[in-house]
Amino acid sequence: MTDYCLELKDITKRFSTVEVLHGVPFNLRPGEVHALLGENGAGKSTLIKVITGVHQPDGGEIVLNGERVHFNDPRESREAGIAAIYQELSLFPDLDVAENIFVGRQPTTRGGLIHWRKLYAEAGKLLASLGVRLDLKQKARHLSIAQQQMVEIARAFSLHARILIMDEPTSSLTLNEVADLFRLVRRLRDEGTAIIFISHRLEELFELADRVTVLRDGYYVGTHPLSEVTRDDLIRLMVGRTISNLFPKQDVPAGDVALKVENLSYPGVFENISFELRKGEILGMAGLVGAGRTDVARAIFGVTPPTSGSIQVAGQPVQINSPQEAIRLGLAYVPEDRQAHGLIPPMSITANLSLVVLEQCARHGWLQDKVECDKAFNAARQMEVRASHIWQKARELSGGNQQKVVLAKWLETKPRILILDEPTRGIDVGTKAAVHALMSKLAAEGMAILMISSELPEVLGMSDRILVMREGRMTAHFTRAEATQEKIISAATQSVSAGDVQ
Amino acid sequence: MTVPSSAEGDTLSKSLINAAAPPRTFLARFQRWEWMLVGLIVIVVALNTALSPYFLDAQNLSRTSSDFMEMGIMMLAMVFIIITGGIDLSVASNLGMCASFMGWLFMAGVDIWIAALAALALGTFAGFVNGTLVARMKLPPLVVTLGTYAFYRGVAYVLLGDQAARGYPEAFTYIGQGKLLGTLLPFSVALFGVLAVVFGLVLHKTTFGRYLFAIGNNENASVYSGVPVARIKVIIFTVSGFMAALAGLVLAARFGSTRPDIGNGLELSVITAAVLGGVDINGGAGTMSGAVLSLFLIGLLRFGMGLLNIQGQVQGVVIGLLLILSILLPNVAHTFSGSGRKLQRHSLWAIIAFVVVFIAFVAFFFWSREAVLIK
Amino acid sequence: MSAQTAPRPHRLRAIARFREAGISIFILILGALVALRAPAFLTMTNFKDILLNISILSIVALAQAMVIITHGIDLSVSSMIGLVAMMVAFVMKQSPEFPVITVVLLGMALGAALGALNGVVISYGKVPPIIATLGTLSIYRGMVFFYSQGTWINSFELPRSFKLLSKGTPLGLPNMVIIALVFAALVYFFLNYTRTGRDIYAVGSNPEAAQMAGIRRQRVVFLVYLLSGLASGLAAVLWASRFESAQTNTALGFELQTVAAAVVGGVSISGGVGTVPGVLLGALLLGLIENALPLVRISPFWQLAAQGLLILIAVVVDNLIARSAKGK
Repeated sequence: MTDYCLELKDITKRFSTVEVLHGVPFNLRPGEVHALLGENGAGKSTLIKVITGVHQPDGGEIVLNGERVHFNDPRESREAGIAAIYQELSLFPDLDVAENIFVGRQPTTRGGLIHWRKLYAEAGKLLASLGVRLDLKQKARHLSIAQQQMVEIARAFSLHARILIMDEPTSSLTLNEVADLFRLVRRLRDEGTAIIFISHRLEELFELADRVTVLRDGYYVGTHPLSEVTRDDLIRLMVGRTISNLFPKQDVPAGDVALKVENLSYPGVFENISFELRKGEILGMAGLVGAGRTDVARAIFGVTPPTSGSIQVAGQPVQINSPQEAIRLGLAYVPEDRQAHGLIPPMSITANLSLVVLEQCARHGWLQDKVECDKAFNAARQMEVRASHIWQKARELSGGNQQKVVLAKWLETKPRILILDEPTRGIDVGTKAAVHALMSKLAAEGMAILMISSELPEVLGMSDRILVMREGRMTAHFTRAEATQEKIISAATQSVSAGDVQ
Repeated sequence: MTVPSSAEGDTLSKSLINAAAPPRTFLARFQRWEWMLVGLIVIVVALNTALSPYFLDAQNLSRTSSDFMEMGIMMLAMVFIIITGGIDLSVASNLGMCASFMGWLFMAGVDIWIAALAALALGTFAGFVNGTLVARMKLPPLVVTLGTYAFYRGVAYVLLGDQAARGYPEAFTYIGQGKLLGTLLPFSVALFGVLAVVFGLVLHKTTFGRYLFAIGNNENASVYSGVPVARIKVIIFTVSGFMAALAGLVLAARFGSTRPDIGNGLELSVITAAVLGGVDINGGAGTMSGAVLSLFLIGLLRFGMGLLNIQGQVQGVVIGLLLILSILLPNVAHTFSGSGRKLQRHSLWAIIAFVVVFIAFVAFFFWSREAVLIK
Repeated sequence: MSAQTAPRPHRLRAIARFREAGISIFILILGALVALRAPAFLTMTNFKDILLNISILSIVALAQAMVIITHGIDLSVSSMIGLVAMMVAFVMKQSPEFPVITVVLLGMALGAALGALNGVVISYGKVPPIIATLGTLSIYRGMVFFYSQGTWINSFELPRSFKLLSKGTPLGLPNMVIIALVFAALVYFFLNYTRTGRDIYAVGSNPEAAQMAGIRRQRVVFLVYLLSGLASGLAAVLWASRFESAQTNTALGFELQTVAAAVVGGVSISGGVGTVPGVLLGALLLGLIENALPLVRISPFWQLAAQGLLILIAVVVDNLIARSAKGK
């Protein structure tokens, strides 16, 4: 029993009224890589934030090296030897690379002043050992997402922690970078560091981890040595059902071209993006986080118009300079970040649902409460939003129900072209299946759907055709029949080969 | 441990919506804070009536209410701006510029009404400049309006220097001094009343008002939802400019003259009234009724203190305290009731240290003062 | 992990430096133009005059800059100056034999106490900075009136030693200029060579990340308001000494100038950015304009308008540069 360096017992965590962790146990041995697996929203990130003291558990206890501990804030956990790389990047945009690594604990001279020369020397050494080449005096604001990720990793490594937590450190790294990172992780493990590793790429877990703990919807499912489970076992444990019935996209004969994009560019972000999207078709867009997929979607929708290139909607060349114009042309965009871009969390479900079609709920600018209510009620009902009433605030809903509200809000505009950006991120399995069924139904009714997704099974299962982007360029284009997981991964992570596809 | 299927997990607390609940009524919307303000107003009236026989005098109340109508007129537009998460520090300077411009034209022989119209146009344009810089160039409103705060007031000084424009005809001073025919109701109060109703209806009953709340609660999501955010911001800053000019006319008419420092510092009172009225300085929440109630609370409080011979500047202490406490007390209550976090030893020492410093300061404040004043 | 092409670091860094170079050039051009029109501008006395005029502004603007770097603002500085100046002047009138150095310390302590109140309300009470300091702006100003009962302290009521505190020149330059320079040097070292100083930038740059990195955010926020009060206290003593009086409207409206100096000097109102040399240059530019207007026979009434225009130009130019850097 005592060989655990960290043991969690029945951890429970609530946010306001929603319980997100239901009595989860977890343990960790020195010198092991312990994977934490679960779908988005399963509670992994919350669990590690409980370990690092960002959140305090509502129930259960944390035992560190045989002693019961309680962390009030991240500093206390860090002093106890725990370091973490969080999923959301936590760099300081206005500080330079070297200082970002050592923020809050810069090396000092004997007089207590910061020893800048030593700081830069140590930062240089650290990055060199990671195999990263970065300008140490570059402000973090100007780094790419992958570079920021490397700085985060360097910061965590520099703490020489006995327990290192890595929440999806590879989501925006290329294969070479991942290989370098793994070499380092193994070295740390061999030196006795205990590592908690979170990743959605199952292959990575088999390559790196010793044991795996699976969570689902905030519940503990089980802990297994990776040598005793298969890939399919893990998926079943994680999802709670077999994968085949999750992706029910029906075959629909593709209709006319609804959206045609040619040589769309925004220098420094994406270049020469061209594709066609037909009615009744779902076009999947795969790639790493930060590959520029969301930027393309935002450009098409007029949030940040592209600097060059052309867009045709239903055969007509158009200029889209704002979302209003996009909406008028029959486009709808369900953004990746629900809280920041999709919803207005402090406002009611009704206000959220009616926001895009508010003019339809008003006469000469005066709101017609009855019309708005009915519209919202019907929309919520149709999408099976679960809430106590339509005046409930959007922020009180679960992730899945919030996503339903966002979808319902956009379907109210009766769009002909629907852009979905990570449509099932962070929502429960039930809702996920519902969203997939809805997408299939909409496509069958003739809607053209562009789906950005980082979940390969989703991309493979739902798409008629698949585009792959890497570092702002299109690197591959597959039909459903040609596409395999391996092909997509290689197109998403390897250097751009000679000549773009298409 | 068993794992429930996800469908069960999701139905634990919530079910499908069953009926379209009716929208809440006006009284239900009249939220806690408004009742609090009403209570405070009652207390102020009761206290003042007990302390001074001149308080509940119709003539006095009528005169005093017209004293803070300029503030109120500017506050109406300020509520719009603060609800979108912005701020306009330039209103009082804009008021000064417009009133000075009108006075300058009038002294140059222009007809007062034409001069007044020109001042309204100037103020509206000044607001449009603010709005354009904020919305189109995406500059922080605090800095933009700080810049125009200095610039517009500077223009007022350039126009009038150390002179004062005076001699406005009686027809014009009616705007600030006159009463509606046969009543005690000052014209400016009636004007404010009409405007307040219009602004309140626009805020709470129109798509425009809904957009203001949406922008204040989540500007990015509003952009993604096709709300014309930039245009709306330009509009509200332009309206704020117009209202500042209008307030300038009322104030100049009340004084019967214009000096370039007219209305100096009023922007802070305007913001105070809005925030004390429950408008969230971070945007996204607030009601027009709350803002209007707090305006009257401040007005009555100042009037009452004036009757008790408390200097205007010292009255500021009470208003300032009210402003801070209105936000501080709920926060403190929330901190102590919510998580039930235990007070740590070092924070206890910090509190003790702070209290000691505070007491020392107060003691020194009175001690050093007595010694000199008694002489 | 090769091939990560950094996006042209040199140009970006050049842009970051642009601000100081930009104001310096602007100051030189402006100075040259003024000197052409009015040779009196280029005299030693005039330079000394300018330095004397911006000393107090620099001290408070540097403190204001620290507050703004944490993404806050302190509007109450002018009232803190007014209140402390009055209290100090009362003490000097009552006991003229009081050693001057203790008066300086007393002023700083009184200012720090007022700043601490701002700090507690903002950091621990979670009141938005603009509201809290707007409140104390009128509270502290009201306290000046209450304290003095509307009276003021005149030059003849103050001891000579106290008046010389700001103007004496035992070291060649007026004391006040030296005090401002020392203060600036201390702030420079604090911001660049201590962890707490760096924490100020970190908190303003990304408050959540600062918390996760183990920085005591509330304490840092509290500290900057405390320092702002302390600097205002120092400025108050110098103010009373320089103008040889304390009035109820001492420093009224001064908060605007401090924010202006900081913003013109390149401190970003959204936090995380700002340097000591930048703020000093910002203060110098404001002082230069104030000094030059009468010399070139432009009505001093233009001064306020010029300040406002300067703020607007500064933010607009910043914005255009940031945009062109991003577009490339």
